[in-house]
Amino acid sequence: MDADLKVALVGNPNTGKSTLFNVLTGLNQKIGNFPGVTVDKKTGFCDLPDGRRAEIIDLPGTYSLYPKSRDESIVFSVLADKANPLRPDLVVVILDASNLKRNLLLYTQVADLKLPVIVALNMMDLAKKSGITIDVDAFAQKLGVPVVPISARKIEGIDQLKSAISYANKVALQEDTIDVESLAPQLIAQISKEIDVENPYYALQLAHQHETLKFLSTEQSDRIESLEQEFSFHSQKAQATETIARYNFINDLLYDTVKKNETAQEEDISNKIDKVLTHRIFGFIIFFGILLFIFQSIFAWSAYPMELIGDFFVWAQTSLHHMLPAGPLVNLVVDGVLGGLSGVMVFIPQIAILFGFISILEDTGYMSRVTFMMDRLMRKVGLNGKSVVPLIGGFACAVPSIMSTRTIENWKDRMITIMVTPLVTCSARLPIYTLLIALVVPNRNIWWVFNLQGLVLTGMYLFSLVSAITVAFVMKFLLKSRERGYFIMELPVYRMPRWKNVGHDMYNRAKAFVLQAGKVIVAVSVILFVLASYGPGDRFERIEQKYKQPQYAQHMNADDLHHAVASEKLENSYAGMLGHAIEPVIRPLGFDWKIGIALITSFAAREVFVGTMATIYSVDGDAEKIESVQQKMHTAKTPDGQPVFTVAVAFSLMMFYAFAMQCASTMAVVYRETKNWRWPASQFVYMTGLAYIVSFITYHLLK
Amino acid sequence: MRLSQLEVGETGIVKEFTDLEMSVKLMEMGCLPGEQITVSRIAPLGDPIAIHVSGYQLSLRRKEASTIILQ
Repeated sequence: MDADLKVALVGNPNTGKSTLFNVLTGLNQKIGNFPGVTVDKKTGFCDLPDGRRAEIIDLPGTYSLYPKSRDESIVFSVLADKANPLRPDLVVVILDASNLKRNLLLYTQVADLKLPVIVALNMMDLAKKSGITIDVDAFAQKLGVPVVPISARKIEGIDQLKSAISYANKVALQEDTIDVESLAPQLIAQISKEIDVENPYYALQLAHQHETLKFLSTEQSDRIESLEQEFSFHSQKAQATETIARYNFINDLLYDTVKKNETAQEEDISNKIDKVLTHRIFGFIIFFGILLFIFQSIFAWSAYPMELIGDFFVWAQTSLHHMLPAGPLVNLVVDGVLGGLSGVMVFIPQIAILFGFISILEDTGYMSRVTFMMDRLMRKVGLNGKSVVPLIGGFACAVPSIMSTRTIENWKDRMITIMVTPLVTCSARLPIYTLLIALVVPNRNIWWVFNLQGLVLTGMYLFSLVSAITVAFVMKFLLKSRERGYFIMELPVYRMPRWKNVGHDMYNRAKAFVLQAGKVIVAVSVILFVLASYGPGDRFERIEQKYKQPQYAQHMNADDLHHAVASEKLENSYAGMLGHAIEPVIRPLGFDWKIGIALITSFAAREVFVGTMATIYSVDGDAEKIESVQQKMHTAKTPDGQPVFTVAVAFSLMMFYAFAMQCASTMAVVYRETKNWRWPASQFVYMTGLAYIVSFITYHLLK
Repeated sequence: MRLSQLEVGETGIVKEFTDLEMSVKLMEMGCLPGEQITVSRIAPLGDPIAIHVSGYQLSLRRKEASTIILQ
């Protein structure tokens, strides 16, 4: 699809920018990534009344062109860099009519870049309610740009905005807002001359931001640096002067065009809600109630759709096996690729549900209150108030939780949250824990009410939270950040969630996960499938031959024979050989090569451990028949007649699974969210290292 | 008098800042010299605080608030 016109949406956070974007583009949108940062690049198409087609780009919400975070820096790069393929022909600046003063700062900056600009005055209804009257015509005249009053929520004024976009000028006609050149006359003149920049404000922005702008060459950046020294330019002082000048312009503008009578109604309602929701006691109770509800919902509501997805793939695999001739290629496609695909799709319900909730929390304005309440506590351990949601979500699944860390603006806080979230006991660890606990912990009550097995399981959950927080605390000192830890955050007025946005969010997140992380997961699954289904030389054939001999074929029933073949094949596969190969390494943890095989095959997903154990011990490994695996593991003996699964081994194994990064999906998502293989790699190393050390200690303490 | 010393409900007018880097960010968010600030609430654990400024609610840590000197 080719667009006739590129339009960028720019505005402060919480101005209804995403709502407007959704209204303009409908479901006709695409989510990608801006290079180098982790904000979603949302683009979509919008048909204009004159028959042309506009490509709409939703830029990250920001209060100023001077970025506070890497993600915000993308706004200036897209608007200013002429070589940027996203550079718009027209900028639509969205202003919150009920909060014009602060919103206008960004407008004045964008306007001074002299790109063609249109103003969309959103939330006019809200402004009216809080007693604000805006003389739109006078406002437009003073700015020299078209101003369209809209209500993105109520879908009002959208047609007018579309026609304004189609009639917009190709050249910028807006009035100057401040005298930019007077801020650093010689420097601006020199940069304009040497780097061939026409616009003085663009030249000034280059002076401020040259160190972080990727589209400048090193020579250009160095040259700007030396010019700054020559003209003794002080970036922060210049910025302060500029901001004061801009607010003077804004105050004059508002004085002439906006009347406010002092009966701020909306504010009062919000205030009343805040009194309850950020209350010293109720605030926390309500917040933990909400967290508990989200956590329960991810568990409970996703169970059924997940089962459906799983069943569908099992059905597809069996029917394909029936329809297609048996052969290695069919096996690879049906068992390897479809199996991997099923492992991807099964995450969709959890991702959709978690993002549904997060979207509601963000949309209503509650998420900022969570940050407000939790900041002090979380800051101590190197996390952010917003880290609470991913951490609790991690009890269900790390994959959607790590995706949800995008709400954390501070880079360092976000990285630490990503790094520690997989330590929290996710639902895939549950089958392993229940299996091992049932194996070695007696099923009896202590102090009448507490079941010992249940206590151990609860202990594992609490332990995971403690270890996540401890690791976060350590990382606080290890991670270096150039960003200073600000906490200057708007507390937006409470609003009702927009259900359409919630739906959009759920759909888009699930789609982004399948398309981006899915590839890696399928690839890893296929590799593991090949490792577990093939062996070197003619080993597999010999096993088949062996079990065709009469003494097996006659004395064993079909099921037992099938299990015996599968077990021996796995033992002789490449995965089996790897299991043998790593035995010397895992011996000190109390693990034998059979457990080694399970560690390897469960790398794609932890819960595979149970299935592998079933295959190794030649039993049916369905989730419903977990008892038979348990039975076999219980009676399993080492060559010298000792039981394999002692208390020491079982706990050592649980500790290993508690810490080890045994999840290809999480690693794929961490890569997607950090855009750098160093993060998932170092996460893998530190988690596996910790797993080894803790398992070692556990084994030797209990032995 | 610094902003961090105000109690809930008290109002002051911004005079100057003690930290240049912080002041740039605060001014962008509408905390300018001459602007009226009211402390609207304090977080349950005593930090951060929420203030009413330039027609909206802003939260900031006590440490950050202590860089704002009031008239």
